[in-house]
Amino acid sequence: MKFVTAIIKPFKLDEVREALSAVGVQGITVTEVKGFGRQKGHTELYRGAEYVVDFLPKVKVEAAVRDDQLEQAIEAVEKSASTGKIGDGKIFVFDLEQVIRIRTGETGPEAL
Amino acid sequence: MRKLFAALALLGAMVFGAPAWAQDAPAATAAPAMTAAAAAPAAAVPAATTPAPVPNKGDNAWLIVATAFVMLMSIPGLALFYGGLVRSKNMLSVLMQVFVTFSLISVLWVIYGYSLAFTEGNAFFGSFDKLFLEGVTPDSVAATFSKGVVVSEYIYVAFQGAFAAITCSLIVGAFAERIKFSAVLLFMVLWFTFAYTPIAHIVWYWAGPDGYVSAQAADKLNATAGFMFQKGALDFAGGTVVHINAAVAGLVGAYLVGKRTGLGNVAMAPHSLTFTMIGASLLWFGWFGFNAGSALEANGTAALAFLNTWIATACAALSWLVAEWIFKGKPSMLGAASGAVAGLVAITPACGFVGLMGAIVIGLLAGVLCLWGVNGLKRILGADDSLDVFGVHGVGGILGALLTGVFASPALGGTGIYDYVANKVADSYSITDQLLVQATGVGITVVWSAVVAVVAYKLVDILIGLRVPEEEEREGLDLTSHGESAYHY
Repeated sequence: MKFVTAIIKPFKLDEVREALSAVGVQGITVTEVKGFGRQKGHTELYRGAEYVVDFLPKVKVEAAVRDDQLEQAIEAVEKSASTGKIGDGKIFVFDLEQVIRIRTGETGPEAL
Repeated sequence: MRKLFAALALLGAMVFGAPAWAQDAPAATAAPAMTAAAAAPAAAVPAATTPAPVPNKGDNAWLIVATAFVMLMSIPGLALFYGGLVRSKNMLSVLMQVFVTFSLISVLWVIYGYSLAFTEGNAFFGSFDKLFLEGVTPDSVAATFSKGVVVSEYIYVAFQGAFAAITCSLIVGAFAERIKFSAVLLFMVLWFTFAYTPIAHIVWYWAGPDGYVSAQAADKLNATAGFMFQKGALDFAGGTVVHINAAVAGLVGAYLVGKRTGLGNVAMAPHSLTFTMIGASLLWFGWFGFNAGSALEANGTAALAFLNTWIATACAALSWLVAEWIFKGKPSMLGAASGAVAGLVAITPACGFVGLMGAIVIGLLAGVLCLWGVNGLKRILGADDSLDVFGVHGVGGILGALLTGVFASPALGGTGIYDYVANKVADSYSITDQLLVQATGVGITVVWSAVVAVVAYKLVDILIGLRVPEEEEREGLDLTSHGESAYHY
């Protein structure tokens, strides 16, 4: 099993969710986050004062998938989250050791 | 009958200078039979033969509504305007400081403030004659700017009280985000007592128009008025008394309380310009009561003040954001809101004296000049006036006070100065002379407010300390001073 974490542009969330559902991903967890990559921040001007905003708002999407779903899931996020402009985000993939469904106690791929 | 007396006085008026009329008329003039004659200085002249004037219901109704307008512009208007400009961890502290200052001054006003400001005393202070509003009853009346026209004194007390309360609340913006709550309260008591009430007396107190029946009577009555009123300073709704007064106290506070911890290193961007926009809009709305209400009557002057308040504000919002667009690259919501407030401030002393074209010029200049006030001037001054109380209210107030002297001229579409002895607008109007008088008024207010503020802050510092500890400042005043937070994420 793999654990996929994608950092995406906030307005792309709906498309990413649809794309992941379409390839059979059963559930995702979404968090509003802030951070920076190559896009860096921007400056804001209030009356005379200028502030550099280092951290830009992004959305973090997390999903646990079966090994055989991984390629499709990555492709789905890549396509749906892309605008071609700087700041589209990144996808991180981790090995996932164990999954437990709390209600039934199922473990492993059946719990996904 | 009274008109007859006044007409007889026409001749004397040619010899003596016209009594200028500044903003608010004061205390009871023709007191009803129930109240002591001593409380009615102006009643002495013709009242013996005329029945006591009865408040006009329309004027009374308008003043009641106008007073409520001024309360709305303070809370929540001013509180939200300021609140949106601070960081989210200090939101409640600013709302609280404005809310509680407003409440505190309201109480002090009826206990002794009104008496000190609006009873006859000397040229600088009133008396304690109406301590605890002694002698004021539902039948008591206060003079307006028209002979024989009065309003109920209770609503006059309330209207002026709302002014006192919002003036003190304005100061909060200058030392926001680091001052001790108890220090705010003690400072407000001191400054209100020794700066607000005397300046209000100096600029606005007079015995009312009814006694101005001859040049001699006028001279005698003028001698009982406030110092700047005697000089003929024009301040329709409080450019000096409210804005310059509060702005100077704020600037002194910004120096004496010191800069916010981390200024220049930590981002101190406004946390909600949405609230700031709502606040600015409520200020604009409430200012119709503030300015048009200052006519004290529901008449043409009130209508002029209303329209001027609308148009000058719109001009200033536009000029600020256009200047910002040109020099800073983008027109901002904060710029539009700040420009509107700058325009409101600048038109305040002028609104009942200048014509619409004067208002447009005042508004356009106010927007650009106050933008400089929060940028160039702020850097020169070097004080951390957190929410630019001086940059907007000080600069805008001084500009407005001076330009009132220019655009009140009938030659420039203004109303001129009304001569209560001749019962008509004075024939001559010297812009230079009036400018000089206006500048004197500005100077006295700046010096008076600054001196009182320095002493008051020093005293508070010695007694309870001005600032919260640095850790509390970093954590935010909402939690550390008030034990609650504005937002739950």
